[in-house]
Amino acid sequence: MKNRIESILGERILVLDGAMGTMIQRHQLEEFDFRKGAFEKHTNPLKGNNDLLSITRPEIIKDIHRAYFDAGADIIETNTFSGTSIAQADYGLEHAVFDINYQSAKIAKEVADEYTDKPRFVAGSIGPTNRTASMSPDVNDPGYRAVTFDDLRIAYREQVSALIEGGVDLLLVETVFDTLNAKAALFAIQEIFREENIVLPIMVSGTITDQSGRTLTGQTTEAFLISLSHIPLLSIGLNCALGANMMRPYLQILNAKTSFAVSAHPNAGLPNEFGEYEESPQLMAEQIKMFLEEGLINIIGGCCGTTPEHIKEIAELAKKYKPRAF
Amino acid sequence: MIQDEDYEAAIAVALEQVNGGAQIIDINMDEGMIDGKEAMVTFLNLIASEPDIARVPVMIDSSKWEIIEAGLKCIQGKGIVNSISLKEGEDKFKEQANIIKTFGAAVIIMAFDENGQADSYERRIEICSRSYDILVKEVGFIKEDIIFDPNIFPVATGMEEHNGNALDFFRATKWIKENLPGAHVSGGVSNVSFSFRGNTKVREAMHSAFLYHAIKNGMDMGIVNPTMLEIYSDIDADLLTYVEDVLLNRRADATERLLECAETVKGAGKKKTIDLSWREKTIEDRLSYSLTKGIVEFILEDVEECRKSFKRPIEVIEGPLMDGMNIVGDLFGSGKMFLPQVVKSARVMKKAVAYLLPFIEAEKGGKIESSGKILMATVKGDVHDIGKNIVGVVLSCNNYEIIDLGVMVPAEKIIEVAIKENVDIIGLSGLITPSLDEMVHVAKELEHAKLKIPLLIGGATTSKVHTAVKIDEYYNLGQTVHVLDASRSVTVAESLLGHKKKGFIDDLTREYDRVRTHHKNHMKAKQLLSIEDARFNRLQLDFNEKTIYQPKQLGVTACDNVKLEEIIPYIDWTPFFQTWELHGRYPNILEDEIVGVEAKKLFADAQEMLERIVHKNWLKAKGVIGLFPANSVGDDIEIYSDEKRTEILYVQRTLRQQTKKAKGQSNLALSDFIAPKEHGKIDYIGAFAVTSGLGIEKYIEEFEADLDDYNSILLKALADRLAEAFAEYLHKAVRTTYWGYAAHEKHSKEELIKEKYQGIRPAPGYPACPDHTEKIGLFSLLDVPSLAGITLTESLAMMPTSSVSGWYFAHPDSKYFGLGKINDQQIADLSKRKGKDFSEIKKWYSSILI
Repeated sequence: MKNRIESILGERILVLDGAMGTMIQRHQLEEFDFRKGAFEKHTNPLKGNNDLLSITRPEIIKDIHRAYFDAGADIIETNTFSGTSIAQADYGLEHAVFDINYQSAKIAKEVADEYTDKPRFVAGSIGPTNRTASMSPDVNDPGYRAVTFDDLRIAYREQVSALIEGGVDLLLVETVFDTLNAKAALFAIQEIFREENIVLPIMVSGTITDQSGRTLTGQTTEAFLISLSHIPLLSIGLNCALGANMMRPYLQILNAKTSFAVSAHPNAGLPNEFGEYEESPQLMAEQIKMFLEEGLINIIGGCCGTTPEHIKEIAELAKKYKPRAF
Repeated sequence: MIQDEDYEAAIAVALEQVNGGAQIIDINMDEGMIDGKEAMVTFLNLIASEPDIARVPVMIDSSKWEIIEAGLKCIQGKGIVNSISLKEGEDKFKEQANIIKTFGAAVIIMAFDENGQADSYERRIEICSRSYDILVKEVGFIKEDIIFDPNIFPVATGMEEHNGNALDFFRATKWIKENLPGAHVSGGVSNVSFSFRGNTKVREAMHSAFLYHAIKNGMDMGIVNPTMLEIYSDIDADLLTYVEDVLLNRRADATERLLECAETVKGAGKKKTIDLSWREKTIEDRLSYSLTKGIVEFILEDVEECRKSFKRPIEVIEGPLMDGMNIVGDLFGSGKMFLPQVVKSARVMKKAVAYLLPFIEAEKGGKIESSGKILMATVKGDVHDIGKNIVGVVLSCNNYEIIDLGVMVPAEKIIEVAIKENVDIIGLSGLITPSLDEMVHVAKELEHAKLKIPLLIGGATTSKVHTAVKIDEYYNLGQTVHVLDASRSVTVAESLLGHKKKGFIDDLTREYDRVRTHHKNHMKAKQLLSIEDARFNRLQLDFNEKTIYQPKQLGVTACDNVKLEEIIPYIDWTPFFQTWELHGRYPNILEDEIVGVEAKKLFADAQEMLERIVHKNWLKAKGVIGLFPANSVGDDIEIYSDEKRTEILYVQRTLRQQTKKAKGQSNLALSDFIAPKEHGKIDYIGAFAVTSGLGIEKYIEEFEADLDDYNSILLKALADRLAEAFAEYLHKAVRTTYWGYAAHEKHSKEELIKEKYQGIRPAPGYPACPDHTEKIGLFSLLDVPSLAGITLTESLAMMPTSSVSGWYFAHPDSKYFGLGKINDQQIADLSKRKGKDFSEIKKWYSSILI
């Protein structure tokens, strides 16, 4: 698998899928949908815990995956952005972590196997968790940490093992707002690779929070890159927080400084007053066109607010351009 | 420091090193008396939240592996481990290297193995090459992440076997760079001069010479004290020869010769000379030099010389002087010059022009062509003008003619002059919130007068949103533009007067429309609680003998014999630099990469002026405080004549936050910090007013008569800082003496500036009590006009400008907060409490009303 995706990366720009949450919202699900079957007796409210839908409403998630593949995506992400015991602790569902990841990987892979026209890949989505190891949540006690490297490492081990067992083709450590969190994820991944004697391609994608050009925990794009370059990655890139236009200067930095492939999955613009993303597929594609013309990109997709319609436009566009040389 | 758990002091040391130019900070917590692992984690976590330190990489330095590992788990960036070696054998070495590699850190390898430390060229290369092979071939370490420390040992120790120490290091360095690709070489440089402890001159020379040769041989990192380095080419030639003889082991008697020489070269500091070579240049170059460097000394003689060589005096202005100012404008525009320099340049220009004016008038032939005429004014009711003056200076530097109407200028006057002088732009400035309404008024009047002159809005409380939503709406004939700071004013003026005007205005109209829509939606989305609900969610504190303190001295006390010297240490310098648009925190700003040089100069000028202020008694500081029994009644605070509540002296009406709060957070009003009357316990409140601006006008006038904006602005900015410092000083005296609830507090200056003490002193007009009208009651309660010499304008700005007034709250849980937006309902309620008409008082609250 590793060789396959790496050799394809040299030939053309690969397309990643778009938002999962935006698509789930379209279904207007209720509390019941999140509980159905497996969690009916659970005491905490579960609405909004999207990762559970892979278990309780797998057909919805599979349809979303299918929609993205139909739109032309080469890689789809598993529905596991919050699939760590740390993120699930909010719902009292630490014990469900294995099932979430295993089932999500399994159904994603099942959908991928339905397609025979071109290779389709499943990336295990590994989110940042909702805590940060480099900053204190309490301004009066800057030395305090709500989560430690070891807490994260252990939580990520659990997630990564289940994703691999469920059959993912690659791992995607994404929306990195704190590089120390990402380091813990990568540490866990390397441990598992060593123990199980396997290797999967790893993608890493950071989040530049705003036009200060820094991650939430204060790193510049270049510092982010340097901090993670010790591991042989398939790609490094950026996602979320910014629309395509605003992401461009930071992608230029990655393009200039890394020998890995470069990925980008920006948001559909910035949210409006109501928290909605309203950038149209055409508008987004127009901006992405600039990246592609500049030859900045190897893997392109969408984050918050993007839909199969966006990915379709982007996939059409990606066909017309050569991938970044690396 | 760490033993005493004084981490703040330790952080200050780290900061000092980074500011001093350190590119990496080395952290070592190996000390018998402390838990090294815990100390390492605590310290690393703390510096992660200090952006000025966290920007450089961290080197985790420990002889204990568990400390290194704990440290690696705390750093998000790329770290460096200092150090590992083959001392305990290959297995251990590999295991440790593997873990470091997984964390992605670089590593320092000591030239040390099972048999000991490398002390010769051969042993150095033997150990380094063996370490390298293991790291690269067996562990798979990134080559560039390997840093060798091949041991720097002292020379000239008197022992023959040490004579080759430096040379062996150089040779080993060269060998490593040639044979171990990618690897770096580092070392502790000060070791080499160990024998010359106490002789700084020789040590500095040795360090520089050592580095010179080591770098030539490939050394690319080093542990050095950057303040203990002489520039290689500046080393005295003889001394250099002796030093190099020793380092390179060139002669048998090298050590003796250096020792002898060392006796003779002690001390001798560098002399400071003023470089006047620029005076040799052409007259045009000299004028340009004076302008860009802001030098006034020679300007009049140069202008005179120039005048004689030109046909007409006006040509001096249009030619070399304007050329010089264009350079200044360009440098400022491109961020290569900073505001204090521009103001100094303007001073030079003004003096030159003033000198030439009589000649131009005598000749009657010519008028200086300006880029445009700009009227500037601080609006009615407001007296703050530092910002306005700075904008005026910056614009005049760019060849705009400035008509400055000063402060407290009514709309009629602005309009009258605008018409009479046919100005191209009107600029309004103001600092206090009531000025926002006055600006709206001016806009309406301009519209009424059917003027089309572009209107610029600036000042601390102004904003793009307010300009778009409140001002722009009322002035349709002309364009209104919010100008964020002085540096933007030139671009805005150019855009408004140049050929790009239409495009600029179209963009602006679109932008302001967007801001208005956004604001409207935002306000729609913003849900305020009813005042009843907000009150229900008030903060309920404990009031008991531990939280209520009876003041040592009740009543009103005038404080008019405070010396300025006592106040100066309390100055918070950071806002001073902000006034000059130099951004950064003091003292770090003095070492800032970009603005550091100018910040230092400005700071030196400020110190010099402070000297004069103090010793020549330029300014007088006066203040008054009062401490009174008080209780809260709902959102009001009743202030009594005595503890029996015989008479109510004043009722302070406080405003309550109405924003919906997260669970566990209260909707605050200042009255929450005072014990409720219904509890039966008497509580206390304080009030104060201080000024440090008495007597300032005379000197401002002198500076202005001398066309010296720089010193005029400097003096005003310092007076403002002194007033704030006086408030800080007096607050401390209140806490420790007059009220006495914190008699034994000990806070450093930084802690005072960060307000780390018990109790608060919110000021009317600021976020916790945006209600300026409360100043009226406060002023009469303390008889401020007669005891402190401060008066209020019709917009309730304080005069002199450099004044501060506010309330004191002592409850340990009292804290600063922002009131945020409130609604009509609360104002209606307030009007009832005040016994005033709703429509009459509403205007005071327009900036906080939703």
